[in-house]
Amino acid sequence: MKLTKDEVRHVAELARLQLSEAELEAYAGQLGQILTYAQQVQSVDTSDVPPTPQVLPLTNVLAEDSPRAGLSAAQAVDNAPDADDGYFRVVAVFDDTEP
Amino acid sequence: MEQLTSLGVADACAGLADGRFSSLELTQSFLQRIEEVDGGLHAFLRTTPARALEAAAEADRLRVGGDDRPLLGVPLAIKDVLMTEGIETTAGSRILEGFVPPYTATAVEKLEAAGAIVLGKTNTDEFAMGSSTENSGYGVTRNPWDAGRVPGGSSGGSAAAVAADEAPAALGTDTGGSVRQPAALCGVVGLKPSYGRVSRYGLIAYGSSLDQIGPITKSVVDAALLLQAIAGEDPRDSTTLPACVPNYAAALSAEIAGMRIGIPQEYFVQGIQPEVEAAIRTAIEQFANLGAEIVPIQLPNTELALPVYYLVVTAEASANLARYDGIRFGLSVDGETIFDHFRQTRGAGFGPEVKRRIMLGTYALSAGYYDAYYLKAQQVRTLIRQEFEQAFTEVDVVLSPTSPTTAFRIGEKVDDPLAMILTDIFTTTANLCGLCGISIPCGFDGAGLPIGLQLLGPSLGEEAILRAAYAYEQSTEWHLRRPNL
Repeated sequence: MKLTKDEVRHVAELARLQLSEAELEAYAGQLGQILTYAQQVQSVDTSDVPPTPQVLPLTNVLAEDSPRAGLSAAQAVDNAPDADDGYFRVVAVFDDTEP
Repeated sequence: MEQLTSLGVADACAGLADGRFSSLELTQSFLQRIEEVDGGLHAFLRTTPARALEAAAEADRLRVGGDDRPLLGVPLAIKDVLMTEGIETTAGSRILEGFVPPYTATAVEKLEAAGAIVLGKTNTDEFAMGSSTENSGYGVTRNPWDAGRVPGGSSGGSAAAVAADEAPAALGTDTGGSVRQPAALCGVVGLKPSYGRVSRYGLIAYGSSLDQIGPITKSVVDAALLLQAIAGEDPRDSTTLPACVPNYAAALSAEIAGMRIGIPQEYFVQGIQPEVEAAIRTAIEQFANLGAEIVPIQLPNTELALPVYYLVVTAEASANLARYDGIRFGLSVDGETIFDHFRQTRGAGFGPEVKRRIMLGTYALSAGYYDAYYLKAQQVRTLIRQEFEQAFTEVDVVLSPTSPTTAFRIGEKVDDPLAMILTDIFTTTANLCGLCGISIPCGFDGAGLPIGLQLLGPSLGEEAILRAAYAYEQSTEWHLRRPNL
């Protein structure tokens, strides 16, 4: 199995990854190879087998609803590439050409 | 004066308690050793000498005042996927270059609370994705036994540091074998605790249903001591088990006569290096000589574990790594729109293996493929779990090689992702099923490279695997050999 470059481009878009043409080419082959290997799982009869998303015998672990100190705003933005007065600064997300 | 850098944790603790040397002397010795040998190994991404020496001096003062915490004054190396407040933490990725965490991982915090000192942060495959440490964004770590070979991975820096006497012990993390496999390839001990035994708070997430933090040490006793310090429920990690923590060191004094050791037939069929298989067969005889009952068992779904693992771990990784968006921390590459900004930042900051795994996981989770890949993998994961649950009704521990081969050459598998994946063939089941596992030295191949033996136990079965590992270790001398550097 080999993915097409368009399929790889689509997945890269979903994953928000900028890939070069060379990377698209390389991943088309490599992902296809790994997926072919992974397809082994499809030969197994799993009717009536529940999935295992996690292995713990725990459900609905609740924490005490009590106030406690967290990070300060200054600490929270300390590693930010672009911060202003305790806020993260980002590129505008709304397109102002829309009504 | 004794060679302080040859000491493990238990011996260092004893020497400090007896006043044979100070923590300052001990810590200085390890920093000196790192200075001497790490140029050729690159086990550490960064050391923290000023902080470590200050903590050592403080530990010495406290000891005079009667402080007798178990790890007081013992320096340790920490894998760079564990957050350390005030110390740069990169997970081996360029996307986190310069990131200084505002808090410390629970496991590290607990070690420090027990008196331990952080020596520095060790190299890792980027975001712990790899089996050779070649995927680090900061250069490869070399195997102390042969500088032309990999130390294994992803905790290759931690394993190499311990093997090279650069630290008495280290913390690693294990998502599919990343503590046990580098321990095997470097000739040291590596313990992966049961899922939920150790808090993952402050561990930079890779595969959240699989990740677990564990010690890499020079002896089984040391592994028990470090597990003792880091294990237990944590209100900051809701996936920690609310089970009490037993006295692991006390479990080591027991005998293994009558212990049932399962040998899965399926682990001895596919391309194992003949010297590895021979060493494991000899070790099985040794366990029999010690009075253990050797029980052949069947784990027919073994060959499905790797494909299931790769679908599950990449799916979880693709979700976990969505947080690297260039806004809150880490690398940021400007784009015209917010989506350009995300794409450029992630395209520039992630290395090839991380991109490959994000792509694979995104594919397996995407519309039209979810049922066929991700859901199917989770169902087969159930079958693999049931198989192990059945096995543990018949045996106390399961024995296998840790890795099918000894350390391979740097560069040998980098262009073949599937060949690299196959090195995890014996280790991923423990993560998929939440089991505990330990790798201990059991021999050397013709080239003088160490061979590791793996013991798997059921969830919270750490005492059984530690006891078996200890009994074997005490009856052999493999763990005493050190590389010539």
